[in-house]
Amino acid sequence: MSVIEVTDLRKAYAGRPAVDGVSFAVEEGEIFGVLGPNGAGKTTTVECVEGLRVPDSGRVRVTGLDPVADHERVAQVLGAQLQESRLQPKLTVREALELYAAFYPRPVDWRPLAERLGLQEKLTTRFAKLSGGQKQRLFIALALIGDPRVVVLDELTTGLDPRARRDTWELIEDIRANGVTVLLVTHFMEEAQRLCDRIAVIDKGRVAALDTPSGLIRRSAGATVISFTPSTPLDDHELNTLPALVALENKDGRITLSGTDDTVNAVLSLLARHHITAHQLRVTDATLDDAFLDLTEASA
Amino acid sequence: MSTALINPAVLRSEFRLFRREPGSLFWVLLFPALLLGILGSVPSFREAQDGLGGLRIVDVYVPVCVLVALIMAGVQAMPPTLTGYRENGILRRLSTTPVRPSALLAAQMLVNGVAALASALLTLVVGRLAYDVRLPEQPVGYLLALFLAVLAAISLGAVISARARTTKIATAIGTAVFFPMMFCAGVWVPVQAMPDLLGRIVQCTPFGAAARALDQAAAGDWPSWGHVAVLAAWTAVLSASAARWFRWE
Repeated sequence: MSVIEVTDLRKAYAGRPAVDGVSFAVEEGEIFGVLGPNGAGKTTTVECVEGLRVPDSGRVRVTGLDPVADHERVAQVLGAQLQESRLQPKLTVREALELYAAFYPRPVDWRPLAERLGLQEKLTTRFAKLSGGQKQRLFIALALIGDPRVVVLDELTTGLDPRARRDTWELIEDIRANGVTVLLVTHFMEEAQRLCDRIAVIDKGRVAALDTPSGLIRRSAGATVISFTPSTPLDDHELNTLPALVALENKDGRITLSGTDDTVNAVLSLLARHHITAHQLRVTDATLDDAFLDLTEASA
Repeated sequence: MSTALINPAVLRSEFRLFRREPGSLFWVLLFPALLLGILGSVPSFREAQDGLGGLRIVDVYVPVCVLVALIMAGVQAMPPTLTGYRENGILRRLSTTPVRPSALLAAQMLVNGVAALASALLTLVVGRLAYDVRLPEQPVGYLLALFLAVLAAISLGAVISARARTTKIATAIGTAVFFPMMFCAGVWVPVQAMPDLLGRIVQCTPFGAAARALDQAAAGDWPSWGHVAVLAAWTAVLSASAARWFRWE
């Protein structure tokens, strides 16, 4: 059984659809990414999973339970970190951990949890005095304190500096290593590519693609990029007839092509035929960025 | 059970946080007793007045200061706090736990209600010890009126919290409501000394009715049912409105 099942979810605000037929399933033990531009419907989708919003239609199940009708039981197995939420400014870290632990029937011990998240030095610090990274770590701790089977992390690393962001990524991998399923909402490609087993790309309230990060990249038209500076100029016409070519750029004597592995092989044999040396030859995979732009543009 | 309205952990936490607010501690807990202390220190306020049926001004001001405590807690302290909880997503965060956000609302109402009661009792004690104001001679009637007045003040605060979208708006509404409420409680002119028509209108407001009910019980009479009914009706209407209008996000 999937930990989270979303089937044909729809939700409109004032007649404008925010989520317009989203379906996906999150399997036990995976890090599942929900990726999309701002306003794509990511947060509304996960708010329906958390039981914060009532869907207009469609079906949402968390460990087989309805998050609205069975709110209390779902809340016991689902830990949430919300976008832009705070705590009482004068509540200390320790008090917050103890308070939230009291909400659950079988909470984990907050002491080792605080240590794991690097909060043990901050236990007597009030929420308002914590740094952005410390606040996010506390929210991760609060999401985990009820010993959930799944955690939903919404834009967890937005606003963090690169160092804190990388530390947070390690924490997320650590959460999964402890057997907790993770639903991760993000608009950072690098984050999704590094962490997620599978990604649902959401655009304009719909799932534009659902695949592994490398699957998404492979699917995008210009999955492989080759660039070089030829020893003698090359004819653009010959380059344009290369197989599976998606884009060609010839700038200041440097040629950049995107396509597939076939394109790469064809370029190499073309160069060999003309006895041209390729200086600074680079062959790279396209990034998730490229795939994402491709996918979200395709549906525009 | 976690679905119960009152969650002990939330209540304990809100009580602790209340103690960390110097503003609330001063204005809710100390200011009413201090106000009575200052009024009583004026020598002429400690002389019996024929116009007040032989009572001294300081006697008349004890119920007024008691009501100031209630207004401070319900209208000044609670609404900005609750609105801030909504504005900052604290209520939403609680919605994702097995505990409902209503537990936080209930805890705030209870903490502020108890603080108001404690401050009212402190004011009575200060009046008794410092200026020899007699304790209420009809204690049961006094407690009934006081209890209803606390409920009215807290429900009024809940309505403000329900309607105000931001902390700034809650503070502004609280202040706008504060002065008329203080007037009705008799801070400037005691209700029994108001001109006839004005007095009758003021007695239809929650704190005007509360002032009269407390006066009557202090003097040893059972508070008249008219005043008690006005208070009870206000409490019912205000709490029903708060329940209907309260937005959790």
